[in-house]
Amino acid sequence: MTDTTHHAAGHAADEEFDADDPRMTRFDLVREGARRDGVEIVHYEPRFPVPGTRREKRIVRSLALMFLLVGLFATAFVVIYIAWPWHYSISNDNAKWFTPILGLTLGLSLALLGVAMITWGKKLLPEEIAVQDRHDGPSDSTEAKLTGQTILNMGDELGLKRRPVLGLAALAGLAPLGAVAAAPIIGGLIKDPHTTGPKLADGQKSSILTTTGWTPTEANPGPIALTREDGTKIRPEDVSVGGQMTVFPGIPGGASNEYADSPTLLIHLRDDDAAALEATLINENKGPVEGFNWKNYVAYSKICTHAGCPASLYEQQTNILLCPCHQSQFKITNNARPIFGPATRRLPMLPLALDPEGFFVAGIVQKDGSIVPSGYTVPVGPGFWERSDKIS
Amino acid sequence: MKKPKVDIAALPGASAREIDDRLQVATPLRRLFNKVFPDHWSFLLGEIALYSFIVLLLTGTFLALFFDPSMQEVVYNGSYVPLKGISMSRAYETTLNLSFDVRGGLIMRQMHHWAALLFMAAIVVHMLRVFFTGAFRKPRELNWIIGLSLFWLGFTEGFAGYSLPDDALSGTGLRIASAIMLSIPVVGSWVTTSLFNGEFPGQDILPRLYILHVLLVPAILLVLITVHMALLVKQKHTQWPGPGRTNHNVVGIRMFPAFSVKAGGFFMIVFGMIALLGGIFQINPIWLFGPYKAAVVSAASQPDWYVMFLDGSTRLMPPWEFRGSLFGYHYYTLPPLFWPTVVLPGILTVLPMLYPFMEARWNKDRQSHHLLQRPRDVPNRTALGAMAVSFYLVLTLSGGNDVIADKFHISLNAMTWAGRVGLLIIPPLAYYVTHRICLGLQQHDREVLAHGVETGIIKRLPDGRFMEIHQPLADVDHHGDGDGHGQLEYAGWVVPKKMNRVGALPPTERGFFRPVEDATQREDGHVPEMSAEEKHQAEILSGD
Repeated sequence: MTDTTHHAAGHAADEEFDADDPRMTRFDLVREGARRDGVEIVHYEPRFPVPGTRREKRIVRSLALMFLLVGLFATAFVVIYIAWPWHYSISNDNAKWFTPILGLTLGLSLALLGVAMITWGKKLLPEEIAVQDRHDGPSDSTEAKLTGQTILNMGDELGLKRRPVLGLAALAGLAPLGAVAAAPIIGGLIKDPHTTGPKLADGQKSSILTTTGWTPTEANPGPIALTREDGTKIRPEDVSVGGQMTVFPGIPGGASNEYADSPTLLIHLRDDDAAALEATLINENKGPVEGFNWKNYVAYSKICTHAGCPASLYEQQTNILLCPCHQSQFKITNNARPIFGPATRRLPMLPLALDPEGFFVAGIVQKDGSIVPSGYTVPVGPGFWERSDKIS
Repeated sequence: MKKPKVDIAALPGASAREIDDRLQVATPLRRLFNKVFPDHWSFLLGEIALYSFIVLLLTGTFLALFFDPSMQEVVYNGSYVPLKGISMSRAYETTLNLSFDVRGGLIMRQMHHWAALLFMAAIVVHMLRVFFTGAFRKPRELNWIIGLSLFWLGFTEGFAGYSLPDDALSGTGLRIASAIMLSIPVVGSWVTTSLFNGEFPGQDILPRLYILHVLLVPAILLVLITVHMALLVKQKHTQWPGPGRTNHNVVGIRMFPAFSVKAGGFFMIVFGMIALLGGIFQINPIWLFGPYKAAVVSAASQPDWYVMFLDGSTRLMPPWEFRGSLFGYHYYTLPPLFWPTVVLPGILTVLPMLYPFMEARWNKDRQSHHLLQRPRDVPNRTALGAMAVSFYLVLTLSGGNDVIADKFHISLNAMTWAGRVGLLIIPPLAYYVTHRICLGLQQHDREVLAHGVETGIIKRLPDGRFMEIHQPLADVDHHGDGDGHGQLEYAGWVVPKKMNRVGALPPTERGFFRPVEDATQREDGHVPEMSAEEKHQAEILSGD
């Protein structure tokens, strides 16, 4: 290696370096420039010292071919982008090839360009090892001290030590100004969940956490009918034994995402399953006369009490509802109690009743046979801090 | 008319002078050209993330020209027949239009999605590289912290982007996100209601996520990436130990042209791969999922891969809900969702950020380190890393446990329990096994340094014993213990363990499908020489 000689040469050059010396090659200047940047080029060797070897020619040939292919594929991309019958329709079978061919031409063009560039760099550029000084470590101690004192002097100049009142006053002034920056963001966004729900039937404000589309309100005092997605009402005989149906509150927009917490699963249990349910029915799912179920029919909230996905996979044989998001499982014949997975609370049961015309409505049957409209009696969906009911 | 005389050949020089007169850039520019980069394949991983980010900006800008994040209800009347007449949000409609009615819109959408997946993957793999080689140590702790922030920002950005099309999957994801926010103690319901401007989903969440996705988060990402790179330039790249490489220099190639040509080529390859993926491999076919409806979900609803570990942690969480009255006043609930989706990510953010400082404290190490460590040489860190990786893998796999259960006919509940138990057992096991492997590899390195490379030649001794002849890596005489064993010092880098690595056998032939050269005889008559790098290594090994 010629390391030492280069160092020596570098030192000599410091004193008598002449950039215009005609004897110096271009690379001598490059090396000097690098040296001044703290970079020593310790090894530098052309790949092909003798021009025109077969190996060099072969590399040049394949590189040239690659660049031509880059252009070819790029041209193909543009032509296809403009000319291909791309528009999707039933009768246009060619449309489905548009995207793959675009990807193929663009991808090949770019990838080949990349390969060509790297080949150029690896096979044709001179072989080189350069060593750069890292200049790491802390700054010179004098430097650090000078900077530190300059900073401290800023404090002296402001004279806060001499005039402490000013510092306190500035702080007292600036803190509220900081609050001004936060105010529009927080103030603009903030919304109280506890008062922004719909107005209840008695005119009270309600919380969006505890109301659903089934809640009797000033606008929809109820009793609210169970409806299909298209808004038609449902009779008991519409659901076959062992069958289930997703139902929505029969109010305007009841099946839309505006009432995302209202979808409900209406299930027609078999006789023995219904008996099992009756036997385990908890007090919260009972009205003054009978349970929230109506004969063999029971309706549970479809919104998982864990993370709010629709718990809609109904295993008819085992009477289990499975939520496909995190696999919580709920036992239909036991108040939809969670029996596996991360859910902690049962799916709320919607009180069912039949209106005089024989359609399902949400309401609790009283001792006198009248129906008091009622939505879910516990909050639907995922848990939250203020949730205060103790039952699961 | 007089013809103005322009000396074309002098033009570049003249304009360079004019520019330098105004900006004085000659010195800083040359310093940049001459910046030295060390070369190793593992240094490319971060570059993939950078390049994917550029592709994301390019394709994202195209998408923004056609996408409208409005949640206003419209009736679809585009080209995709199966959805005609269905009511949906404007966001979903414009995403459909991008896929069917904008020329080249689908490939842009798919490239954007693939680039996002690649961006996150590259970040994770790059982070593993940095961790396992100790590149995060002083003075690079700040860049490690920025890198972790980039992961979480990318995570947020990806989730926002996943939510924007308002298809069935994005709506489900958003609903879970709202439940996660709801689970935060005290402020949960306020935060959720404020962000959604009322009840989930409301009318405002998509426009809000949109501005987050196209402006706020990308701007922060851009700033942090710039700082990440600026710190890299300022502190210079780490390097592997090797001949001539010390803690105080950088050995490699200069930035221009050699390094930049290779890096630029690599960018083109990454870009090309994303184009191939985006063109050929369908991703997120939202027209098959349909618009989001609160009552509809399908099995195997999986998020993008980088969210799956949190999905997994949510699935594995036992149903533990804390309820009780505070100050005997009101009855409160702490849902189980809080722990795996708020607390766990919090820990996974803070703990790694502190790790460089914790490690330095354990080792009482206040030095700056610019030489990388081989994972085997730091068994504790490597084992901790393996522990973290296995923890992550169990969670990620559990994020798809329903699919695994379905495909392999395993009980779903068994999968959940396997995940719960696995999460507790596998990481410590991974720690132990990795630690042992590291020690074993270390020992083998020392053995080769002490005894030499196995030659495969078995010798029978006069007394009937067999022994294998070892080729010592260096002359033994001046180590002088006379038994043929010289103890070489371990240099923190690969110890040659095969005969062809020490030049005693011809090097392996080059070429992928067929040899492109005869190993012993090149066409130009040269006997193949070791590269300069290998020569250095040989010199060091021979002790000269």
